[in-house]
Amino acid sequence: MPSYSFLLNGKPVTVEAPADMPLLWVLRDLLDVTGPKYGCGVGVCRACTSHLDGAEIQPCVVPVADCAGRKVTTIEGLADGDTLHPVQQAWLDCDVAQCGFCQPGQIMAAAALLKKTSSPTDADIDRIENVCRCGTYSRIREAIKKASAQG
Amino acid sequence: MARQLSRRRFMVYTLAASTLTVAAPLGCDGSSAEGVEPTAAGVSTPSDVLVTGTDEEMLVLEVTAANRVVVRLPRVEVGQGITTAVAMMIAEELDARLADVDIPLAEARKKGNQYTGGSSSVTSLYGPARELAATARAKLVTAAARRWHLPAGQLRTRDTMVIAPDGRTATFGSLTESAARIQHPAVSTKPKPTSEHRVIGRPTTRIDARDIVTGRAKYAGDVAVAGAKPTVVARPPTLGGKVVSVDDRAARALPGVHAVVRIAGGVAVVADSFHHAFKARDALRITWAPGPLAALSDAGIRSRLRAAVPPLGTPLLGTRQVTGEFEFAFVSHAPMEVLTAVADVRADRAELWFSSQTPMDARDSIASAVGLPASKVRVHVTRGGGSFGRRLNFDAAIEAALISKAAHRPVKLMWSRNDDIRHGRMRPASHHRIRASHAGGRVVSFTHMMASVNESYEQEGPAAQGGVTGVVSGSRVAGPLPSDSGLYNFGRVSGDSGGVELAMPLGAWRSVDSGTSRTAEEIVVDEVAGSLGEDPVAFRRTTLRSKRVKAVLDKVASTGNWGRTMPAGQAQGVAVHEEYGSCVACLVEIDATDPKKPRVTKVVMAADVGTAVNPRGLQAQLMGTAADGISTVLQAGLHIDRGAVREGSFADFHYARQRHAPLHFEAHIMPSRRDPGGAGELGVPAAAGAVANAYARATGTRPRRFPINF
Repeated sequence: MPSYSFLLNGKPVTVEAPADMPLLWVLRDLLDVTGPKYGCGVGVCRACTSHLDGAEIQPCVVPVADCAGRKVTTIEGLADGDTLHPVQQAWLDCDVAQCGFCQPGQIMAAAALLKKTSSPTDADIDRIENVCRCGTYSRIREAIKKASAQG
Repeated sequence: MARQLSRRRFMVYTLAASTLTVAAPLGCDGSSAEGVEPTAAGVSTPSDVLVTGTDEEMLVLEVTAANRVVVRLPRVEVGQGITTAVAMMIAEELDARLADVDIPLAEARKKGNQYTGGSSSVTSLYGPARELAATARAKLVTAAARRWHLPAGQLRTRDTMVIAPDGRTATFGSLTESAARIQHPAVSTKPKPTSEHRVIGRPTTRIDARDIVTGRAKYAGDVAVAGAKPTVVARPPTLGGKVVSVDDRAARALPGVHAVVRIAGGVAVVADSFHHAFKARDALRITWAPGPLAALSDAGIRSRLRAAVPPLGTPLLGTRQVTGEFEFAFVSHAPMEVLTAVADVRADRAELWFSSQTPMDARDSIASAVGLPASKVRVHVTRGGGSFGRRLNFDAAIEAALISKAAHRPVKLMWSRNDDIRHGRMRPASHHRIRASHAGGRVVSFTHMMASVNESYEQEGPAAQGGVTGVVSGSRVAGPLPSDSGLYNFGRVSGDSGGVELAMPLGAWRSVDSGTSRTAEEIVVDEVAGSLGEDPVAFRRTTLRSKRVKAVLDKVASTGNWGRTMPAGQAQGVAVHEEYGSCVACLVEIDATDPKKPRVTKVVMAADVGTAVNPRGLQAQLMGTAADGISTVLQAGLHIDRGAVREGSFADFHYARQRHAPLHFEAHIMPSRRDPGGAGELGVPAAAGAVANAYARATGTRPRRFPINF
């Protein structure tokens, strides 16, 4: 079995896994990192959204081999210790979540968007594909704008 | 629909324990708030009967020595915010800090009311939870009075502490042991009057919000159960298809595969990871027999539904008719968390972890499926990643139990998204024929005939069907159509329903029949207004019976600037709904310049639910129902092609995404001192009706088949 090393939320990890094993299952089933959620397995619902070298990815369609030697950040690694990332804080302030299942992915998508575009327009926010079946979209929009304003 | 719950009196008991532990019985059923005595709580007579052990039917509050207030909740949290609402009720009456209150979910009980559904949770818990906490507070105050040798009446409570006039404080945790021995509290055990509420009614952030935003919230698939192996099931291409033969040699030869098990729904694979399980599933060579509906597609279902609608009858002489026929497609619940269940079935006992709205029924069904007495089956209820009615049924839990039994090991079964959308459950498709007859500018009769698909199997069994039928069918068309509640002053109101029996996995979908029936009715109301040359809001104002409904309508009309001039292709729409002892109005603005790509740009809702325990939570529920209305009316549904569901993920089941959600949303909560009504499902028909009416006005069309773009 091949082995892959990468930086996970700031800490080096090494896993033995088939090359084509999606990062999502490496995280969840091998490393017990359960923040990224399965919602479709085909990169469509984006509940698993995380970061690879700081950019948004859907770990359900990224093979572990592609992560070797790189930096993987999941929702668990977004905060700085007990200090929440501004997007997480905005999510709390706006009380965005309902069931919460898609929210790690929503937050990671929003954080990636703000990294690219510090003041996203409504059209930018509209391009976020992450599904929220509870329909929290209005609060997501509000929280992104709040996080953007607090910069 | 629901049986009446008497809330006149709650006995509150003290349980024999070394820490303060009080219990209040729960009614055996949820109920709409209608008819409930508004001052019910005030006349209760708490008792100090000592009960040994924990009575299963009770809501139990414990104050721990570590100063935590713990109430094990016999309901499930699926995003609706019930844990936060109950924590607020407890914090209010106990004068505890919200952060000191823990609301874990109770495992399946042997008796009592452990049903989450019908928007009944707050209604059913509001009395008992407050009585419970008020009694606990009285005992804590009495214990402090004895410790300090002060009159109990001089003591105050705040922030999970008792406070003496001289400023001394004692945490509840430090008093819990002595409070447990208090037989007769020296201060009142009555809940506060509404006017003194400081927590209830205040917009409050979810108690689990931080866990959610940091990824710590645990769902069934995140629960660590020793040795529980990832498990998936190969399912047939058609609904109800059966395995004819399976060649599992290639699958078994793959690395990391522990077991391949044939079950009623297909072939299960137990493996080291979900990656290995999916790979092995795909390596199975299965010959399938088509399911019982293989000859049936949407057109056939639609024509059978149309034929099953009871006749409208002859209209009254001398009246003019406004009629409409409406069709609604099947809709997936598609909660973000697919069905997931961890099961550990042994020869003499079983233990399961999953999210369930009906854990007691689930436990009994699982016990019978695996051949164990119910007393040997433990069901741990986990938080759910959405439900919308889907977790009334426990298909996956029964499967997981059977797989665990056959594989002789604990398993973590997960349905794939394909499984979830292709194999149900779904909101049944329905057909509605509505006629309003008017004369002299007034509606004199209103008739609504409908038919929907009912779930029916030749050979019924828990393994085949995998879920409750009682709860679902009991909450479906059993009663009169919602229009019979007399929402409008429409003269003679009548209705009836027919059904088409099909072997399809169906389920109650948020707001159940109202989501289709009332939506269709609100469209007809707009068309009647048009036929009479009246404005939709003005017409409703003159024909609605209830002041409360008129008030929410007025609220959205004024705050939503009803009647403002809009460019061509854009329009406003409005609708109202009344149910669960609550009412709601919704105003929508839509841009349908491209009728194939309409965008709801603005949604304004107003709700009167009686006392809104957490207004922010209620606004969130209304926001969700707006997304449901947009989705089901404009774009999200399921096609049936030759006995199979065509859609298979969120790529083709078009539930609303950010680009479909309103750019502006606001929800107004009407002030009220009435006891809480239901709220979780309330907004769906109003939102759906308003979206449809806005679309009709923007496009000059009469929408009849939903979703419109499908």
